[in-house]
Amino acid sequence: MVTGDVKLIGSWASVFVMRARIALNLKSISYEFLQETYGTKSELLLKSNPVHKKIPVLIHDDKPVCESNIIVQYIDEAWSSYGLSILPSQPYDRAIARFWAAYVDDKWFIALRSILTARGEEEKKAAIAEVEERTDHLEKAFIECSNGKPFFNGDHIGYLDIALGSFLGWWKVVELDANHILLDETKTPSLFQWAERFCNDPDVKPLMPETTKLAEFARKLFPKPQA
Amino acid sequence: MADEVILLDFWPSPFGVRARIALREKGVEFEYREENLREKSPLLLQMNPVHKKIPVLIHNGKPVCESMNVVQYIDEVWSDKNPLLPSDPYQRAQARFWVDFIDTKVYEPADKIWSTKGEVQEKAKKEYIEALKILESELGNKPYFGGDNFGFVDIAMTGYYMWFEASEKCGNFSIEPECPTLMASAKRCLQRDSVVNSVPDPEKIVEFAFKIRKIYCV
Repeated sequence: MVTGDVKLIGSWASVFVMRARIALNLKSISYEFLQETYGTKSELLLKSNPVHKKIPVLIHDDKPVCESNIIVQYIDEAWSSYGLSILPSQPYDRAIARFWAAYVDDKWFIALRSILTARGEEEKKAAIAEVEERTDHLEKAFIECSNGKPFFNGDHIGYLDIALGSFLGWWKVVELDANHILLDETKTPSLFQWAERFCNDPDVKPLMPETTKLAEFARKLFPKPQA
Repeated sequence: MADEVILLDFWPSPFGVRARIALREKGVEFEYREENLREKSPLLLQMNPVHKKIPVLIHNGKPVCESMNVVQYIDEVWSDKNPLLPSDPYQRAQARFWVDFIDTKVYEPADKIWSTKGEVQEKAKKEYIEALKILESELGNKPYFGGDNFGFVDIAMTGYYMWFEASEKCGNFSIEPECPTLMASAKRCLQRDSVVNSVPDPEKIVEFAFKIRKIYCV
């Protein structure tokens, strides 16, 4: 099977890049990974994503695709005969998956990030409360979507698993930074168990960054204000 | 078996109008229900408990939320007529990219144009025009973003096209001299049957915009 020339511009630490890489793994697509150096943007990145100048960018036969969730959908559609489907097969289930993936990015991630950027204990507490509330929504979403199966997508990982699961490395880093459990086995048991299954998936495991390395990178990205 | 299709909506909403247009493009019979956003119906709160927002499409009792998600759903369910997304995966990715751009880079400044004044509004006007210029460059010589056919990106933009006059009057500026080809495409879209039947009278939108502007600005 000819997959064409596939390149991915990204970074080992990026959640959004990881989504694309998991999708490519699911479809067994070989690709050239072009690692961006933190603090600079390559010519190729600027040329391939002139509008946002951000990673990830998938370049398939010299044609760029940008925005992580759009890239994942593209991978599913361009290589629809390869491997298993990433999006659910029914339109309604697809609409639900897209809804929650958008929620992850627009509401949940924003709250998670605000823990890292919080100034002072009050702001941090408020951010933590918001993350807990939104994680609770995701627990309900998991129960609704999975329908008793191991993943949001059912028997195997799919679009929504990838959208949320790619955050698990950073989720742990933020927990350590906040000194507060953010994925609680008793409060959100389904999500907690899903997280373990997701991280152990063979298409995910080699890509999940190591916590210490990621925490060190986080300190660079989100420096603490001087005391 | 007949489909039951209900749309919970709010008449001036640039997001609600997208769902109306998509349903009409597909010739789908639906029941339009006007929501009072200051007193949301129990049905709306039940069908969209997460965001409590319109539009909500209720298809045979099952809700779909978020306007472009609704449009994509409509396209997939009623796939036999007037495809709204292209069939080629790369073209689809491009359409999704531009809709994402519209809902971030156009939405934020557009919102500020009618709800703010002074320096904040001036900055918003600048960002709004910048975003429209980027879209105009993407449009190029094509009659629609979808090429020869009215499609996904055009539907997304029509919500903003119908608010052009209100934005111009709130912000005291003119869009056409800055983006003439985008404006030409906008006029084309606003003449389409499905759009004519879905979009309120522009004067009513201007009136509405000034009414809520008083609430936000005075």
